Amino acid sequence: MNSISNMIDWFVSTGVLNMAMIALIYLTVFAVLGLFLVLLERKVAAWFQLRIGPNRVGYLGLFQTIADALKLVSKELTGTVKADKFLYNLAPYFVIVTSLMALAVFPFTRDLQAFDINIGVFFLVAISSIGVIGILLGGWSSNNKFALIGAMRSGVQTISYELSVGISLLTMVILTGSLQLSEIIEVQKSGWLIVQGHIPAIIAFMIYMIAGTAETNRAPFDMVEAESELGAGYHTEYSGMKFAYFFLAEFINMFIIAALATTVFFGGWLSPFGITDSLPWMGLFWFLAKTFVLVFLMMWFRWTFPRLRVDQLLTLEWKYLLPINLVNLVLMAVIVWLNLTIQI
Amino acid sequence: MGTATLEPTSIKKGFKSEEYFINMGPQHPATHGVLRLLLTIDGEIIKKVDPDLGYIHRSIEKMCESNSYQQIVHLTDRLDYLSSHINNEAVCLCVENALELEVPERVKVIRTILGELTRIASHTLWWGVMGMDVGAFSSYFYGFRDREMINDIFEETCGARLTMNYNIPGGLMQDIHPNFVKRVKEFIPHFRSKLPEYDRLLTGNIIFQKRTKGVGVLSKEDAINFGASGPVARASGYSCDVRKYHPYSALDKINFTEALDTTGDSFARYKVRIAEMWESLAIIEQLIDNIPEGDHKVATNAVIKLPKGEFYQKVETARGEFGVYIISTGTKNPYRVKFRSPGLSNLSLLNHIAVGGKIGDLVATMATIDIVVPDIDR
Amino acid sequence: MGYFSDIYHGIGTLLTGMRVTGKYFINARKGAITQQYPDNRDTLQMFERFRGEVVMPHDENNEHSCTGCQKCELACPNGSIEIIWDRVIDPETGKKKKAIDQHIYHLGMCTQCGLCVDACPSDAIKWAQNFENSVYDRTQLTRILNKPGSKVRAGVEE
Ligand code: SF4
Ligand code: SF4
Repeated sequence: MNSISNMIDWFVSTGVLNMAMIALIYLTVFAVLGLFLVLLERKVAAWFQLRIGPNRVGYLGLFQTIADALKLVSKELTGTVKADKFLYNLAPYFVIVTSLMALAVFPFTRDLQAFDINIGVFFLVAISSIGVIGILLGGWSSNNKFALIGAMRSGVQTISYELSVGISLLTMVILTGSLQLSEIIEVQKSGWLIVQGHIPAIIAFMIYMIAGTAETNRAPFDMVEAESELGAGYHTEYSGMKFAYFFLAEFINMFIIAALATTVFFGGWLSPFGITDSLPWMGLFWFLAKTFVLVFLMMWFRWTFPRLRVDQLLTLEWKYLLPINLVNLVLMAVIVWLNLTIQI
Repeated sequence: MGTATLEPTSIKKGFKSEEYFINMGPQHPATHGVLRLLLTIDGEIIKKVDPDLGYIHRSIEKMCESNSYQQIVHLTDRLDYLSSHINNEAVCLCVENALELEVPERVKVIRTILGELTRIASHTLWWGVMGMDVGAFSSYFYGFRDREMINDIFEETCGARLTMNYNIPGGLMQDIHPNFVKRVKEFIPHFRSKLPEYDRLLTGNIIFQKRTKGVGVLSKEDAINFGASGPVARASGYSCDVRKYHPYSALDKINFTEALDTTGDSFARYKVRIAEMWESLAIIEQLIDNIPEGDHKVATNAVIKLPKGEFYQKVETARGEFGVYIISTGTKNPYRVKFRSPGLSNLSLLNHIAVGGKIGDLVATMATIDIVVPDIDR
Repeated sequence: MGYFSDIYHGIGTLLTGMRVTGKYFINARKGAITQQYPDNRDTLQMFERFRGEVVMPHDENNEHSCTGCQKCELACPNGSIEIIWDRVIDPETGKKKKAIDQHIYHLGMCTQCGLCVDACPSDAIKWAQNFENSVYDRTQLTRILNKPGSKVRAGVEE
């Protein structure tokens, strides 16, 4: 008995218990978030396409994705005979774990931030590039040519667009002078960064949204899955829960991209009218509202545009986004140097 | 099948690359049915396309030899099911010509209107699927919305939405439904307002243009050599509209311009089809107000016996030139029936124009060739 | 500058496309083109000419107008119709006359081509508009169209 209470004491005193509990809460919240995003996407897609969308399970189909998740959990895990079993099984975890890790650093409101590190932006960029390893592994180890092509495309795509995401964020970091996300929001108390940085900030935001959509492998950059070309791309051979991990990760990544844009460009949890200070929970509302507007924008892209071809994808990045981005970076530096920012 | 060598080709010193095979189909979203394409690819670049046919072969031509001439008609529904009305018309015209039967004006006009509606229905479906093939999902539903109105017209008049079997040798099975004219008149303004939307959503879209312009270029010579027909050939500048050169039914009295383009790439094929939809609307508009009164059929013998001889009739379906060739020995069944389907010759182009492109290009090219697999396999 | 005008033009076309879908999104409430089947079963009305399955209408005296001429059987390309007939003595005229015993219709083999209905000289068979034709056992797809004990209506001649 004594040893157990000792152990509990140790857990409490070192904070491991706290961490575990926070992790558990985060995990649950984000599983629900992922499911909600899937439902949202299906509803939004339906409304774009003159359909009604899921409306059978629960009120207005609210439980549709829960039913889908249950179905996926109960499904048999199939795979190819010649697959590299270890890598094949590892890949989905890579993808889902990285996307969950990225969520840890977001300041949802002033006090709701699990992990406030001073290299927040850098951490996010770094983490998001690990996810692609999971996709590469999955495609490579499935022993399926479609999956392999998808995985290779994903490698090409992510390596290229990572640059644009990084540089457009860097442009904004010049303005804030800090990589810490809470600090970045502090700076925005005198106006959202997209207002403060005006022209270069708007350009950076546009590039960030394009590159961010590409990072999450969503249409019009869904080369990796490219339904009409590759069947299902890198996750062709995955089924059941493992497929669900890839699927959920895609949606959580979309949320991350939108949330990061909210934090860096649109003032995070700050209210647009400056009344949040009295009501702390309103911060959460503003954060989610802004994020979902951006998520909606990405969905709008997806259901409107045709897919690019793989070489056009690279042309877009290396011939258009990257040069503009670099010039934009210099422009932003000049603006900050000459104190031309707009402060409210 | 599969004769391409697997020898490694060295691109640069020190780098080895290997061509490999990939099976696109028989179950693949881009092949629109059970068509198997055996691709030899080098990375993303297509080296060879080998279409492997026969997954949906039903020996319709052979079946025709044991069916009466009335029964043959309904089998042609199952060839190019998106142009079923025009296929039926071809068989009926062939039989009527052989019998030297003159059908009433009313029948001719109604057949032409239905044929052009079929063409629009087929093209709207193609447009939706084309969008989906290049990754724009919403176009699918917009295309289907407009096709649905035509299908309702068909269902009300013919009794079926796809396999209509409304033509019979000698005329039409029933007279048109009283609502027919009203519904068609409702459809025309609706579709006129929606077609520009098609342009705004896809045609003008920069990504779409990049995906289709200069992709799968077919020269005029090749179009003729491969026996291409329909929008595929016309996009290469080969004027071959059967409706213009060998008008049938009421088409000889109609003013319309044949949609032509000269670039021969996927975008040209796309534009030709869009233009054809406008033309079809114009044709319907010219006819719908003056459908002559009269009978909906002329009586034929219950058992139709064609005179001894060979008979050929061609029509322009949504995909190109569809021909019916009947050899009769004077009995109630044909001795041999051969269908010239546009899909087969258009598909034979694929290897020629897709090689050197990327996988994405192949999908765009396939979409603009607009194959219907049962038409190819028969 | 070609480079920048390309970008400008490109973004313009993308926004045009987004306007189209955006318009539909905003009007989504009234614009759904899909049907809520099977919720709308009660109100779903097929067109009167819709070819669901071949039926033989009977009147209140349990009489139909099929003379057993077998024209439909001959017209059918798929052999979906089989007619079992016999010659019976007409009680009025005393002459022997063809009469059907069973008009067997195999829905499972029918391609809904409509040739049989078109061929029938006495309009004894017609199309029903039901479309929910799936069954658990394919023997249920074989139907005998004339009701038991029915007979041909007087006056309907071959
Ligand atoms: S509809 Fe056609 S296939 Fe069906 S029973 Fe009548 S003739 Fe035969
Ligand atoms: S249903 Fe009509 S065609 Fe068939 S046997 Fe009876 S009367 Fe003759």
